[in-house]
Amino acid sequence: MINWKIQLKGTWTLLKKELLRFWRVVFQTVAAPVITGILYLLIFSHVLDGRTEVYAGVSYSAFLIPGLIMMSLLQNAFANSSSSLVQSKVMGNIVFILLTPITYIQFFIAFLIAAIVRGLFVGLTIYLLASFYIDLPIMYPGYVFSFAILGGALLGTFGIIAGIWADRFDQMAAYQNFVIMPLSFLSGVFYSIHSLPPFWQKISHFNPFFYMIDGFRYGFFGQSDTSPHLSFLIVLTFFIILTGLSIKLLKTGYKLRG
Amino acid sequence: MEKAIVFKNIKKSYGSVQAVNGINLTIYQGEFFGLLGPNGAGKSTLINMLAGIVKSTSGTIKAMGFDVEKNYQEARHSLGIVPQELVFDPFFNVREMLRFQAGYFGKGRENYDWIDEILERLDLTEKAFTNMRQLSGGMKRRALIAQALAHRPPIIVLDEPTAGVDVELRQRLWAFMKDLNQSGHTIVLTTHYLEEAENLCKRIAMVNRGKLVALDDTKKLIRKNSAKNLNIKIDNLDEQKILKILKSFKVFIKNEILSISLENLEELNDIIVLLKKNKIKFFDIQTTEPDLEKVFLQMTKK
Repeated sequence: MINWKIQLKGTWTLLKKELLRFWRVVFQTVAAPVITGILYLLIFSHVLDGRTEVYAGVSYSAFLIPGLIMMSLLQNAFANSSSSLVQSKVMGNIVFILLTPITYIQFFIAFLIAAIVRGLFVGLTIYLLASFYIDLPIMYPGYVFSFAILGGALLGTFGIIAGIWADRFDQMAAYQNFVIMPLSFLSGVFYSIHSLPPFWQKISHFNPFFYMIDGFRYGFFGQSDTSPHLSFLIVLTFFIILTGLSIKLLKTGYKLRG
Repeated sequence: MEKAIVFKNIKKSYGSVQAVNGINLTIYQGEFFGLLGPNGAGKSTLINMLAGIVKSTSGTIKAMGFDVEKNYQEARHSLGIVPQELVFDPFFNVREMLRFQAGYFGKGRENYDWIDEILERLDLTEKAFTNMRQLSGGMKRRALIAQALAHRPPIIVLDEPTAGVDVELRQRLWAFMKDLNQSGHTIVLTTHYLEEAENLCKRIAMVNRGKLVALDDTKKLIRKNSAKNLNIKIDNLDEQKILKILKSFKVFIKNEILSISLENLEELNDIIVLLKKNKIKFFDIQTTEPDLEKVFLQMTKK
């Protein structure tokens, strides 16, 4: 049995490599999504601020910011683990990890934490920049923090699964464009689901992104479309299911080991 | 002698294709061992199974006594594998890659001196801070070799490490490998440069169509399969006719030279008699010492 210090060093090295990987292309991995988020904020708040009030006493711009933060956080957590994996597979350098004693658990932890860190970094940067635009106090920091971490973890795990499955960059783009993008846009980032017709309200309840964004927003305003505890439970359930699947794929070496 | 690597009745199939078919092979600690075979013979599949990149269909493989599947962590700690494909990570420089690679094996700052030594021995010191993307093909190959050595493994497996690299690197690499071998490391080499294998490896295994077709001490293997080589230059060489006349001998035709592996020197006289009898004119004849290439061709011919 390899001692825990060696295992810890191995995990830390893989995590460090993953963090440095996205930091080396920080304009692409952090600056670009931050700019996109801020542009959404400026345009939507310019058009809709003062015309609509989603929650009582909360301006549309204030309502929008937590949604944009969470959407960017989730998209970037997914992008980090999935793009790193698919890139390593296509370029063949995944072999450098496969040849080592790194276990599937260590692999999972390192990729997961790196995904969460990138998501948080993007989300925090948007929050700080948005603070110059509008005063946005956080009512319940514990909720904000919990949903940010759990949401990043869920999408990071989903990214690991997608990265293992995809063999080509276009397959990964399909995931981004046909799964992640629609689910995040239709999750209540820009609106409250109560403004939707009853049928679409019901449909929205099947979208896990809705619970992540709604729970995260509760932390800012103490108001939400559904109970934050129910949201947390649902997101946690999704995370546990995807973690199980991800670990199973890594353990069996699906599409990684011949 | 202690065993370094043991392949026990290893099989690997891809659908109906049997890539490796029941190989039994033991490589001992401290050996400089050659694993030879034509393209598609199963050498890389064997190495990939040893590395844990490919799972065997049946059989067991052990590295330094550890099963590569059941005790894969311990087994991989003892292995340093240089993959055949020229792969690299474009985000990092050479030194970073080596430090990461050692870090995956739990090695930290205490290993930095060793990494500097590897860089020095493979003439990579000047490129230590160069991004992997900016290296030439030969330099990338050096970096790949360095990565396999970064955690100082007792067994080093080189899968065609000199394919497409210049003479200088080959000489540097082999000098380094000889030093490592003398200091107790087990070296396993696959190469298409048979002269290299002949000069470096004390023992050689030949694989063909997934089966082990030869395994012996290099010198014995060469002697056992051929006493001498006879090379004859023939006027107006008619391959079909010659092969028919000399059908009882091991004949190869290369660059219009008839090359015959003699099992004993008496065969020399028989061949000359046969050629004269069939009115075949030859204008040059010479005998040479046998080499691995002839043995390889004999052992792997269809």
